Amino acid sequence: MLYIFCPHCGLRSQNEFAYGGDATVKRPELNKEISDKDWDNFVYLRKSPRGKHLELWHHISGCRQWIKVERDTSTHEIFKTYKADELTE
Amino acid sequence: MSQDFRLNNIGMVNRNKKISFTFNGKKYFGYEGDTIASALIANGVHLVGRSFKYHRPRGFFGVGVDEPYAILQLERNNERDPNIRATEQEIFEGLEVKSVNCWPSVNFDIGAINNFLKMFFPAGFYYKTFMWPPSFWYKIYEPFIRMAAGFGEASIKHDKERYEHKYEYCDLLITGSGPSGLASAYAAAKNGARVILAEDKPRYGGSLLTSDVNIGNQTGTEWSEKIITELKSMSNVIVKNRSQVFGYYDHNMLVMSERISDHLPKTQKYLPKQRLWYIRAKEVLISSGSIERPLVFGNNDTPGVMLSSAAKEYMKVYGVLVGKKPLIFTNNDSGYETAIEFKKNGVNPLILDTRKEPSSDIITEAKNLGIEIKFSYVVVAAKGYKKVKSADIAKISDNKKDLSNIENIKCDCICVSGFWTPSIHLASQSGNKSEFNEKIDAFIPKKSKQKENTIGSANGKFTLEETINEAFDKGYEVSNKITENNNKVSIPTVVEKKSTEHDKFWCVPLPKGKSYKRFLDFQNDVAVTDIELALREGFRSIEHVKRYTTLGMATDQGKTSNLNGLQLVSDIENKVVPQVGHTTFRPPYTPVSIGAIVGREVGKHSKPTRKSPMHEWHEKNNAVFVDAGVWLRPRYYKQGNETLFEASKREAKNVRKNVGVCDVTTLGKIDVKGPDAAEFLNRVYTNAWLKLPVGKARYGVMLREDGIVMDDGTTTRISENHYHMTTTTAQAANVLSHLEYYLQLVWPELNVNVVSTTEQWAGAAIAGPNSRALLMKLFPNTDVSNEGLPFMGYKEADLFGIPAKIYRISFSGELAYEVNVESDYGNFMWEKIIEVGKEFQIQPYGTEALSTLRIEMGHVAGSELDGRTIPHDASLEGLVSKKKDFIGKRSLSRSAFTKPDREKIVGVVPLDKTTSIPEGSYIVKDPKAKLPNPKLGHVSASCWSVEYDNPFSLAIIKDGKNMIGQKLFAMSPLKNKTIPVEIVSSHYVDPEGKRVRA
Repeated sequence: MLYIFCPHCGLRSQNEFAYGGDATVKRPELNKEISDKDWDNFVYLRKSPRGKHLELWHHISGCRQWIKVERDTSTHEIFKTYKADELTE
Repeated sequence: MSQDFRLNNIGMVNRNKKISFTFNGKKYFGYEGDTIASALIANGVHLVGRSFKYHRPRGFFGVGVDEPYAILQLERNNERDPNIRATEQEIFEGLEVKSVNCWPSVNFDIGAINNFLKMFFPAGFYYKTFMWPPSFWYKIYEPFIRMAAGFGEASIKHDKERYEHKYEYCDLLITGSGPSGLASAYAAAKNGARVILAEDKPRYGGSLLTSDVNIGNQTGTEWSEKIITELKSMSNVIVKNRSQVFGYYDHNMLVMSERISDHLPKTQKYLPKQRLWYIRAKEVLISSGSIERPLVFGNNDTPGVMLSSAAKEYMKVYGVLVGKKPLIFTNNDSGYETAIEFKKNGVNPLILDTRKEPSSDIITEAKNLGIEIKFSYVVVAAKGYKKVKSADIAKISDNKKDLSNIENIKCDCICVSGFWTPSIHLASQSGNKSEFNEKIDAFIPKKSKQKENTIGSANGKFTLEETINEAFDKGYEVSNKITENNNKVSIPTVVEKKSTEHDKFWCVPLPKGKSYKRFLDFQNDVAVTDIELALREGFRSIEHVKRYTTLGMATDQGKTSNLNGLQLVSDIENKVVPQVGHTTFRPPYTPVSIGAIVGREVGKHSKPTRKSPMHEWHEKNNAVFVDAGVWLRPRYYKQGNETLFEASKREAKNVRKNVGVCDVTTLGKIDVKGPDAAEFLNRVYTNAWLKLPVGKARYGVMLREDGIVMDDGTTTRISENHYHMTTTTAQAANVLSHLEYYLQLVWPELNVNVVSTTEQWAGAAIAGPNSRALLMKLFPNTDVSNEGLPFMGYKEADLFGIPAKIYRISFSGELAYEVNVESDYGNFMWEKIIEVGKEFQIQPYGTEALSTLRIEMGHVAGSELDGRTIPHDASLEGLVSKKKDFIGKRSLSRSAFTKPDREKIVGVVPLDKTTSIPEGSYIVKDPKAKLPNPKLGHVSASCWSVEYDNPFSLAIIKDGKNMIGQKLFAMSPLKNKTIPVEIVSSHYVDPEGKRVRA
């Protein structure tokens, strides 16, 4: 079970969190034309990288904040965690 | 009954307490502290089972977790427990154990015919045999394999025992209480670290209990007792016996299984049977010791052949002799310790040492004691079927290839020692890549991967002095890193008979003309020939060889067989072991009860049960409850002998005719507040929200980004910047996460806050033509007329002194209101509604009647909004704004969602007006069409229309809009029904919606 540092609460066990997928995906702006292909990419297509991955976790049984976690998908090493509005390196 | 093999003056069992137990129906006795194995050996019993494949007789091989043979079935309190290792299970009064994998009995086993057919059971037998024809699988092969497979029988009854989970945090977890575990725990604890010391056996001390050493002028046993007593008295130390750390998971999370009551006749009150510990440790010291390696020779699986360290432990710990004419077969000095122990207890052993001219203190001591030793000698084969009776021994040439002087000598046990294998399982599980150490011919952990270090013999340190020094240093070093204290304890002096050199010899060649089976894996019956065959057939990777031959795949996970298997592969391949590599160790290290993994989360405890504040009232009024997510909701209120069907019909009818009240507390409620709340709702919902006035409610639909309907519900503008959102019971948690996602990550510029208020409000839906009259009596000071409180209106009011909120919304399609009060007043509100409602013939109604009412009105719910439908499919397209953008809008213009014959919701009525249509039925044009019959859609919900007194269903079918009026068929292959139906509008009752606005 992972040990995740919530920037709001501190170190907490994984079972307090819900996984939220790729944190680098940006939602297209509202009221803007977008091609079928670009929209499909946004809705469905995700990379599944081996190694460093910036992902979203929701501290669902804690402060209920969405956070960003930089994690190695093959070793589970967590390098850094960020608040939702924090700029990632 | 006398115990012929019990020694009088040695052992740690409690001789003052006799314990009787039965094995295969026969009564035996042992002493408190005995295991099943030691007690049976004391009684001269060595035949306890049959092997997996060939059904060869099985005895005892080890004395602990590594036991591959003595797997028994235990009966305790009328419960069956399979896969019990006799070497670990302590006896208690009344214990009943049975052999497994034999029929009709362990002494006469029909399956043993496999032993004579063994040329037909080579490696990969199953892969080669059970291939053709495919149709044989189901009826012939599978039942055959199932009958032959498995050790023991699981109980099919509900397990009444209690299992617990516990979470613990510590600075340092130490796995194993041998010399290295004790020393490091002591050093770390004295330096202020919070330590957990776990020992899988009942007794602490590990090898110290059986080795002839001296630490700080004390015997090993005395020293370990002193240390453990002091550790137990320290408040920063948790010491646990009968506790196996079996898994090393991510981020230094380890899991330990504590056997609390397994050794007792009955689980004590307030105690669980087993407890699973989840331990998050800052640092871990793996001091799990090492397991003696077998030597491979002919018939080396005969009962009576066992590890020499096990024979020693049976003597020193249990006071039990494994034989009275022992043969010790060794390639190192460990066998000598066992021989000396035999000699001290009046039994004359014979030592066969594969080495030519070894010399050490302990060999000298053995010679001085008059023990007979033959150097350059090996056991060629054990003789005897159910127990060793003699052994063929021979002189072996210096190149270890040729045998000479083969002779047969009498013996009743053969104690083997092929040196030691460090138990690196936990280190390997942590991600530590091990490396092969040529000196000890075994793998030891390499660089730490997580925050773990391996010490003692688990790290290949086989002298006590090395072990103790390393452990004290590591204990200090690791604790100093955490506590920054500098309290160093002094390291005691150690006296032992040093001796570590071993012969790199492990497999005795076959004499000419003999074809003895030489076993590598004792639990899965994998012999040298099986590995040879696998390699001849082209398997190269050790992972493939393992799976093809099943080497190391039994419940003992190859604790005794792995290295010998690797040696064999590397010998045949002319490689060295490190090139062959070893298979990956995975948790659990030892089998874990399913009960312990599940813990207390069984039955109703597997998830929380939520009850509304009115729950007790429902109970008192004969409500029959149904699980709605985690909530318990009244399904119907039973009167007399009513069935569900009769009761729900009565309740629904009463709503249409008079007035009914339904507990709607379970609906999800979310407070949406902030200056940008309207803009936020406008983006979340498909319809327009900017112009909703204060005091008004609106029905809304929200989508996922892929255009699928996520949830629906009404949201009310309470004040300028405050909205009260309701969600379905099932989606409440998901909707909140969804809103938080957009507010925190996508549109952080919106100044809005959301919070769940589901539990803050108790809700009652009052529905039916009499509802307004009832409301007027409940709220005499509030104008609830159609003008004062119009459809979709909202008012705050006073309910007999309690502040209440009235929403004029309707799910039933009748004139209806939802009244909310703070949860604590929920019951008060409910009782008042019932009391005042009497004169209007009020009746409570449950979810079944609620469903009936909404289905015949064509209102959609979870069975239509099932994660596959877009607004159009549920006839909600009128709520989709063309002007503004919202979550998921772009997806709605994708081609699949806009095609002309897109599915749409319709009503379905059976032509005979009497046959109910099963939910899930397919709607088809031709019931006799060739299979697979193309379906038009499916029936999502069915009810008995109380308005028209006939069955009515909702269905989502292709081109639904143009199907109305068509005569089709509803087919339910599951229920074997084909029903002629007519497609009608989904709005079966009051299609213009006059009633809700009345």
